Amino acid sequence: MAIFKRSVNGVAATALLGLGLAFSAPSQALPISECLAPADPGGGWDFTCRSVGKLLYELDLVENPVQVTNMPGGVGAVAYADVANSRADDSDLIVATSTVGVTQIAQGRYPSGADTMRWLAMLGTDVGVILVDDDSQYETLEQLLDAVVEEPSSVVMAGSSGVGGWDHIRALMLAKAAGLPSDQFGGMRWVQFDGGGPAVTQMMGGHVDVVSTDLGEIAGFIESGDVRVLAVLSEAPLSPPFDELPTAASQGYDVVGYNWRGFYTGGEVSDADYATMVDTLKALYDSSEWKTVAKNSGLEPLWRGGEEFSAFVRESIEQVEEISREIGVIQ
Amino acid sequence: MDILSSLAHGFTVAIEPQHLFLVLIGCIIGTLIGALPGLGPVNGVALMIPLTFNFGLAPTAALILLVSIYYGCMYGGRISSILLNIPGDEPAMMTTLDGYPMALKGRGGEALGISAVASFVGATIATVGLTLFAPLLVGFAIRFGPAEYFALFLLAFATIGGVTSGSFTKSFIAACIGLLLGTVGIDPVSSVPRYTFGWYEIYSGIDFIVALVGLFAISECLFFLEDTRHGSKPRIQVGSAIPGMKSSLRCGPTIGRGSLIGFISGVLPGAGASLGSFLAYVLEKRWLGRKGDFGKGDPRGVAAPEAGNNAAAGGALIPMLSLGIPGSGTTAVLLAVLLTMNITPGPLLFEQQPDIVWGLVAALFIGNIMLLILNIPLVGLFARVLQAPPWFLMPMVVLVAFVGIYSLSNSAFDLYMMLAFGVLGYIMRKLEFPTVPVVLGLLLGGQMEFNLRRAMAISGGDWSILWSSGISIGIYAFAGILMIAGLVYGLLVNQRGKLR
Repeated sequence: MAIFKRSVNGVAATALLGLGLAFSAPSQALPISECLAPADPGGGWDFTCRSVGKLLYELDLVENPVQVTNMPGGVGAVAYADVANSRADDSDLIVATSTVGVTQIAQGRYPSGADTMRWLAMLGTDVGVILVDDDSQYETLEQLLDAVVEEPSSVVMAGSSGVGGWDHIRALMLAKAAGLPSDQFGGMRWVQFDGGGPAVTQMMGGHVDVVSTDLGEIAGFIESGDVRVLAVLSEAPLSPPFDELPTAASQGYDVVGYNWRGFYTGGEVSDADYATMVDTLKALYDSSEWKTVAKNSGLEPLWRGGEEFSAFVRESIEQVEEISREIGVIQ
Repeated sequence: MDILSSLAHGFTVAIEPQHLFLVLIGCIIGTLIGALPGLGPVNGVALMIPLTFNFGLAPTAALILLVSIYYGCMYGGRISSILLNIPGDEPAMMTTLDGYPMALKGRGGEALGISAVASFVGATIATVGLTLFAPLLVGFAIRFGPAEYFALFLLAFATIGGVTSGSFTKSFIAACIGLLLGTVGIDPVSSVPRYTFGWYEIYSGIDFIVALVGLFAISECLFFLEDTRHGSKPRIQVGSAIPGMKSSLRCGPTIGRGSLIGFISGVLPGAGASLGSFLAYVLEKRWLGRKGDFGKGDPRGVAAPEAGNNAAAGGALIPMLSLGIPGSGTTAVLLAVLLTMNITPGPLLFEQQPDIVWGLVAALFIGNIMLLILNIPLVGLFARVLQAPPWFLMPMVVLVAFVGIYSLSNSAFDLYMMLAFGVLGYIMRKLEFPTVPVVLGLLLGGQMEFNLRRAMAISGGDWSILWSSGISIGIYAFAGILMIAGLVYGLLVNQRGKLR
């Protein structure tokens, strides 16, 4: 029976595929019919849109499949400008964002500030990790940071962001916690790659010493034992299978570096529609299916919604502004 | 032995009727999407993702469908390159150089036949390589650091003058225009915007696809408008694909070399299919020297890049599956799909999900054979495209170009950008400047710069890192030999010319 059903699905799928293009019409009856991913297909924001969009439909929280639209450019700035200019009151649109987007806002790289948008919710968070190769000379976070403090240029660090990006800032926060004066931050060597995965493989090839990035993308390397985790940047130990990994805090460095995933919508969406959207996302968050999807992709489920989330975003922006000023990324 | 039994198991997964059907459909859709200018494998795969979800395909089935589309697109990209001089996607760009001249000579059918066979051989060699050597090649790929990638891109630029048959100086100037355009966008190292004039649309740089479609499709339409004012273009005879089969045999060594080069480029994340087809073409041209008729419709000029780009597509699956890092836009999309389906690619994937990996590999073998069988009889159908009256064909090209580009970013800005590139392409071609080096400069220049700067960041500004490994020294030596050989050969030919 199951086989029969699958092949019927297959036939139906292929029949529609044969027609070429099949787009779902946006629904006005229920909120959220479109998720805007401000990046090319394949990136983290695209993944956020696709997994959340898929689950919203599967859980019957929306009537029609959520259409994912990619609008790459300016690390989210193009989509931000587009929503602000022409879709500010679109009550069925959610836009994926994360700590990376908020870092851009804090450093003045978006056309306008956080108040332009209404911040809906975060659904989960990726956690920063500090990794070395499995045969590296550094056994603990302390050994690594002592080496950095003694001679900042002796360690080559890498991550998926450029100088002043979130991966870099997290590494600097650790160096600062270990006692490196901020006027020596510039002496640390930082190499940008096109993602956490490439950075880790470059480390495995012996080209860089340390990687600072998010856990989710490189979880496979931890499970296979190709890399050694010196620290995870979370408040408390993670859930299994990563519960054995030491936090930075447990080693005496009070640094927390999350990369949350969440959504905003246009600034002119009415209070009623805004509340409905937050409720819909909350219902998604509360489902066991979301917990599974999040876990499998290396995210810790974490909820902040509505006004609480908006306040959190403003607070994060102030924090990043402060660090960015210290390292000279903004004046 | 272990691999063979795994592969046998994979075939039992792949020949389930539903999977076979999906391979077939994927190949057909892929070929169509690949043939449309502007729509390449990235869009093809991305467009189909929602459908795979909506119909609740199992992960293996969904992956088989998407990868069949990927392979189909790599096949399809060449069709419009050969028949219309408009590449369907970036890697198919090199195929225009000899494919279109062949079509003009009435040998379009032959070119399509050769390219189908070359694509088949390239993709099959890559799939065999994927089957046998995936773990080994991963070890090889991670030894490529920024310094080694820089050497590889330098090799590409050392040979860029040999891309087209026209003047070396003009090729060089065109490549420089591409390099200049490649500096536009946020500098990834320091996050400072360069030459963006405050336009957020170009903060991530100028999109290659936009440049490609503008330079080729739009400028072709402008030329066409001009031609029809001065009398109509002669109608092109396509001919049969049968001579293509025979020529393919003669191109055997070319196809073999092209496949190998393409496969290696594919395995290296950050090199990719465009570099693969480019190097396959240029090295083949150098290898055969003036014996060939490159740029004027040499069958080997079609065989080399087609073998190269299809082999690269297969090679790119190796780092995606076994390291979880995408070597191209398309593999990045596939990676996202895997993650959405709760499958984590990485070193353990081959052990944890043998059904998916080996089912996929077996489906690739089957898909390849299907594509070859599909493509031979379809030559006649493709040829109809050319028989369509120009008043219908050209507006369709413009329509597809606009829709394709708009679907990439959903912003009108890219459409204006495409038109600007169309005008640039028209002017350049009027002045007999080749346009291929512009796209190559744009495509490869950014990567070359970033890898140089990464190498400098690692070494703390010490230039000696660039020649501190055996791999990079080997690549430089190879580039040097190619350049010197080219010069010496040129001198010899000149001498002989004088003696006569």
